[in-house]
Amino acid sequence: MTDQLKVLTSRWGDNRAHELDRFGELDGYASLDAAFERSPEDLVQLVKDSGLRGRGGAGFPTGMKWGFLAKGTGKPTYLVVNADESEPGTFKDMELLERDPHALVEGVIVSSYAIGCRNAFIYLRGECGWPGRRLQAALDAAYGEGLLGRDIKGSGFDLDVILHRGAGAYICGEETALLSSLEGQRGQPKLRPPFPAVEGLYRAPTTVNNVETIATVPWIIRKGVDWFRSMGSEKSPGPKLFSVSGDVVNPGNFEFPLGVPAREVIMGAAGGMRDGKSLKAWTPGGSSTPMLTADHLDTPMDFEGISGAGSLLGTAAVMVFSEDVCMVRACLNFTEFYAHESCGKCTPCREGTDWMRKILGRLESGQGRTEDMDTLKDICDSIFGRSFCALGDGATSPIVSALKHFRDEFDEHVSGGGCPFPGARVAVGAQH
Amino acid sequence: MPLSDQTLTRAEELIARYPQPRSALLPILFLLQAEDGYVSPAGVAQAADLLGLTKAEVGAVATFYTMFRRRPVGKYLVSVCKTLPCQLRGSREISAAIAERLEVPLGGTDQSGMVTVEEVECLAACDGAPVVQVNTENYERLSTSEAMELLEALLRDEVPPPTFAADGSVTEPSTAGLHWRLAGLGDPPATLGQEAEAAEGSGDPEAAHEAPGEPGPAPERGDRT
Repeated sequence: MTDQLKVLTSRWGDNRAHELDRFGELDGYASLDAAFERSPEDLVQLVKDSGLRGRGGAGFPTGMKWGFLAKGTGKPTYLVVNADESEPGTFKDMELLERDPHALVEGVIVSSYAIGCRNAFIYLRGECGWPGRRLQAALDAAYGEGLLGRDIKGSGFDLDVILHRGAGAYICGEETALLSSLEGQRGQPKLRPPFPAVEGLYRAPTTVNNVETIATVPWIIRKGVDWFRSMGSEKSPGPKLFSVSGDVVNPGNFEFPLGVPAREVIMGAAGGMRDGKSLKAWTPGGSSTPMLTADHLDTPMDFEGISGAGSLLGTAAVMVFSEDVCMVRACLNFTEFYAHESCGKCTPCREGTDWMRKILGRLESGQGRTEDMDTLKDICDSIFGRSFCALGDGATSPIVSALKHFRDEFDEHVSGGGCPFPGARVAVGAQH
Repeated sequence: MPLSDQTLTRAEELIARYPQPRSALLPILFLLQAEDGYVSPAGVAQAADLLGLTKAEVGAVATFYTMFRRRPVGKYLVSVCKTLPCQLRGSREISAAIAERLEVPLGGTDQSGMVTVEEVECLAACDGAPVVQVNTENYERLSTSEAMELLEALLRDEVPPPTFAADGSVTEPSTAGLHWRLAGLGDPPATLGQEAEAAEGSGDPEAAHEAPGEPGPAPERGDRT
């Protein structure tokens, strides 16, 4: 058995951890002195050596991302924290901000120092009120104590942080769309290159990092590379938050080393299946990652392990579906999401997601045709890899994987003239 | 103009906060919504004026994001998550029951102008499924009957404590206050909600709310049929 960790979650059990004085008693802001004693270049190297990979979905090595930041451009360098957590099934960053908001502020300070940023931004979903209040209060308190602003703790380092609220758009979790939104534009992705590290916010060198990634950095500075690498696997080291939801007894966030077998997350920490049902399917990293089945429960949950099983670790958002969940209905729900959230810039994604929504809708309501499954696959082929960002790719994941593992269910929707599963679907597409 | 002189000063404060003025556009649109209840054509013009943009540029941004409204929203915005983990635990029964009780389609505002109900996508609280929000504060793991009790309280202008009330979480007492906070200006002024209530109480609900409950003439982004 793999033990649950208490690193990012170490302060979650303390109901005063969000207060600056209590946070300080719990070793909060302890990484600042350790960071200011070192050169920024040293810190970037430290994060490179740690092997920390981005926790927002793509798993790109954080130190390498920082290393790509253009130097000598005569422009400022920006750190932008992506707190636009919106991938269906993902709720780790919001709980972190509710319970331990100073952990992010601490990470922003040391990360900004490492990359030479004097103006950092936190782009937080507009829909999440409580995490927003907690984070704003933490920022205000940090300013009040001289942990933000001019000459932080006598280091000579200055940093201002702006909390910027999103206004409802999943696409703004994509880094170039997020930067467009922060510039006051429509949140639409841009073609890369140029990458944000060269031309990001205001066409200046910019790194966009996830909340969990930035909150992990102070731990690496305080405890070192060997400690960090003592958790997880060679290529995917460190602790990770796993969000488990759906048909489990005990949904919630659980912290494990990367590489923990999925079975221990789902059947152990999350208490197993509710109502004694059997597991039919699960997503390893949100709705954009191909669904896996009970046959994959012993897969190690790290970037390589999940890729090897034909999916993606994504945000480590584990949604669990029991035998009672209709896979056509599940795909329809996710496809409604993508059709709604497609920004409309690229034709394959904009049109394709809507076509798939209509086809899945008619399958579910008994109007399906024998050729619909082939049409779905064909549309997925036409979307995948043919748009600026990964939203379209993600939209194909549930459908391609459901057709791979549960093709019979789709056929039954046609042959049986509708959905064979119980439970009337309420208000199908009422708002869309 | 939509923004009072006093609020205009705060808008200029927002513009000064950012390295480039246009970054203040989303915050200013929230501020306009705080005062007007929605992003009105006059509000678009004022934002354009403040930032040296065209009305088309501002309109293009305002219509992209779901939280910017093109028609007035009720004092309480009830958002029911419709994404799969919530749907598996009955969220669509909840949204349907609320819409039926309010006698409006999803997205509509009841005749009193008190409550707007909408279905929204994943709210990043899937362990609390089904999740209902009131002015972006979470009410988690509600049964349909508990959700209806919440709705009845809101219709009486009472705000029951949200799920994390024990941790200090509070629900914004009006959408006006919520939008002010989302602009990034901290606590809303005490007068903000009162002005909205005074406007509501001033008689003609049609004038204040442009035929509440009816689908708007221009569809919101994503409203496809």
